[in-house]
Amino acid sequence: MNCLWCDTDMIPEMSWKTIFWLPKPKRLCASCADQLTILQGKRCSKCSRLSDDGICPDCRWWKLHATQEDPLICNYSVFAYNDAVKEIVSKWKYRGDYCLGNIFENDYQKAFKENFSFLSTETMTVPIPLSAERMFERGFNQAKMLADFLPLKSEELLLRSHSEKQSKKTRRERITSANPFQMATVISTPVLLVDDIYTTGTTLRHAALALKKHGCPAVYALTLIRG
Amino acid sequence: MDLTELSKRYGGKLLLRQEILIDNPLFENLLKANYFTSRPSIQSKWLHNQCQRCGNQKKSLFGKIPCHHCGKSHIYCRKCIEMGRVMTCSALYEWSGPEYFGPHHKNPCTWTGELTRAQQKAADRIVQAILNREQELLTWAVCGAGKTEMLFPGIAQALEMGQRVCIATPRSDVVRELLPRLRTAFSGICVQGLYGGSLEKDGTAQLIIATTHQLLRFKHAFDVIIIDEVDAFPYTHDPSLPFAADRAKKERCTTLYLTATPRRDQQLQMTRKKLPHVFVPVRFHGYPLPVPVFHMCYSLKKDLQKSSPPKAFFKWFANRKNQSRQLLIFVPTIKLSESLTRKLSVDLPDFKFMAVHASDHDREEKVLAFREKQFQILVTTTILERGVTFPSVDVVILDAGHTVFDEAALVQIAGRAGRSPDDPTGEVVFFHDGKTEAMIEAVRAITKMNKRGGFH
Repeated sequence: MNCLWCDTDMIPEMSWKTIFWLPKPKRLCASCADQLTILQGKRCSKCSRLSDDGICPDCRWWKLHATQEDPLICNYSVFAYNDAVKEIVSKWKYRGDYCLGNIFENDYQKAFKENFSFLSTETMTVPIPLSAERMFERGFNQAKMLADFLPLKSEELLLRSHSEKQSKKTRRERITSANPFQMATVISTPVLLVDDIYTTGTTLRHAALALKKHGCPAVYALTLIRG
Repeated sequence: MDLTELSKRYGGKLLLRQEILIDNPLFENLLKANYFTSRPSIQSKWLHNQCQRCGNQKKSLFGKIPCHHCGKSHIYCRKCIEMGRVMTCSALYEWSGPEYFGPHHKNPCTWTGELTRAQQKAADRIVQAILNREQELLTWAVCGAGKTEMLFPGIAQALEMGQRVCIATPRSDVVRELLPRLRTAFSGICVQGLYGGSLEKDGTAQLIIATTHQLLRFKHAFDVIIIDEVDAFPYTHDPSLPFAADRAKKERCTTLYLTATPRRDQQLQMTRKKLPHVFVPVRFHGYPLPVPVFHMCYSLKKDLQKSSPPKAFFKWFANRKNQSRQLLIFVPTIKLSESLTRKLSVDLPDFKFMAVHASDHDREEKVLAFREKQFQILVTTTILERGVTFPSVDVVILDAGHTVFDEAALVQIAGRAGRSPDDPTGEVVFFHDGKTEAMIEAVRAITKMNKRGGFH
């Protein structure tokens, strides 16, 4: 096996454990894996930001000032945002190196098992879609790839109209932007939204709102990176 | 766009559809009329694939992707993905319409400097090789011989004959450094510099200077191709670069190799007279190459573990002959370069330090600031071993016995000292904890070159 990121040859460690349990092969070499930081420690139960309070000041502010109920129950993120993860994700998403998504498979599944095992088996995962134009450009949806890692049924229920990339906007522009998501069907099961990055949470809240309007009882989110 | 414009823009290229900026109906027509030919982008033989753009055959550098357009799974090349994804269902296109011939320029060279006798000899040989359309010529010139200037008469000759010329170099730093020099030397001619992140991308100029990676977009394009530093790290270790360089040549193409430190197999070919070559043993200012001095330090590894240089270094530093020179410190690893800089700025508070390495985002600015003498001491890894010139420096290697410092690297590093006619000497000190073959060979090579240059 070669490291998916730096392509050095990896020699797997042999022990009795590897013989009897046959663990999943590692995708990254030790030095590349070191550069990714898995979020650990106390965090906001709502948005997954590292914080000593149960709910971070930002989320409390929103709770006080929001005109309507928050459509998203909670978000959980796996990795912290740093230069290494940024480079990997941009090569994966923008350059289109599809295989790189597999780097995150094990940790993403583990986070799901640890945090969302309370969800009923009829819960659906819904990846945040790309607009048709962007899909044509990239050839694949990174959120769909993440959703397929999870042991739940995945449906692409949402449609997205074309707009400027979120990553090119300012915080204010993001928060005040119009909802780009539409939906054609009605849904009655809870939904776990899947996306790669949670920055302001606007995208996820827009998607959650669209789902709620069409009958979804509860919306959660599992994202890869907390920006 | 008329045909000549198209042939100028797309002649000699090998491109993906999205790199060809023509709208669909026109492109279909051109394809039907055989002005463009499509080629499969990935060739599969049994279980073995080869990317037709970069030549990659390594299994781990191919991936599978479910295709959105045709609903099937495809193989794609991960090696050259930075230049746009190549996958089985997307073809590569090359121009097969009428060939574009560049204009014949009269006296294109506007450089007014003068070549030294040794340089002139090599330049004449290069001109001759281009005139006779010889296949290959290696120019072996010591560090600081003024290789770029030696090329000018040859490039001028090729431009007079209306040929397309490409200078390929392994590093983008070198492209950025050479581009303004070439623009002033050939002021009447369109010169383009191509590297990852360069603004001009179309590569239609008659004189192009590019990183070897950028050659992946060319096919049968150049009459003269000049490969700078053939022995340098990416070119010799990455098989896709010789592959690309080979494909970028026209059928009758002159390939000029430049190097200060030919590899063993090239040396062997030269002694067997299989590879024509010309040797320039003297620096342009006429002084010999500084010969490295070895300095044994028994506690070197222990000191470096504490990321501090050995005592001998401080002793040498305090007593060096010309205190006004700047200092370049080479270390084997990135980690050490950073920790050492931190430690040194505590130990020698009177001096300003910076560290620079390959994954450093402000690399260009730091190198520029050092050249402008904004700070005295630069700690670096082997990335600054070649292609960069600082007028007046002393050079130190800490742990010269480390495996990253092979013979060529050591000769190149030693060649950083004494580059300017105002200060043609400089000290080169190798701190080590045991001589290696590479170190001995490097000193032997340097003294041999000095001898051939007439210094005894």
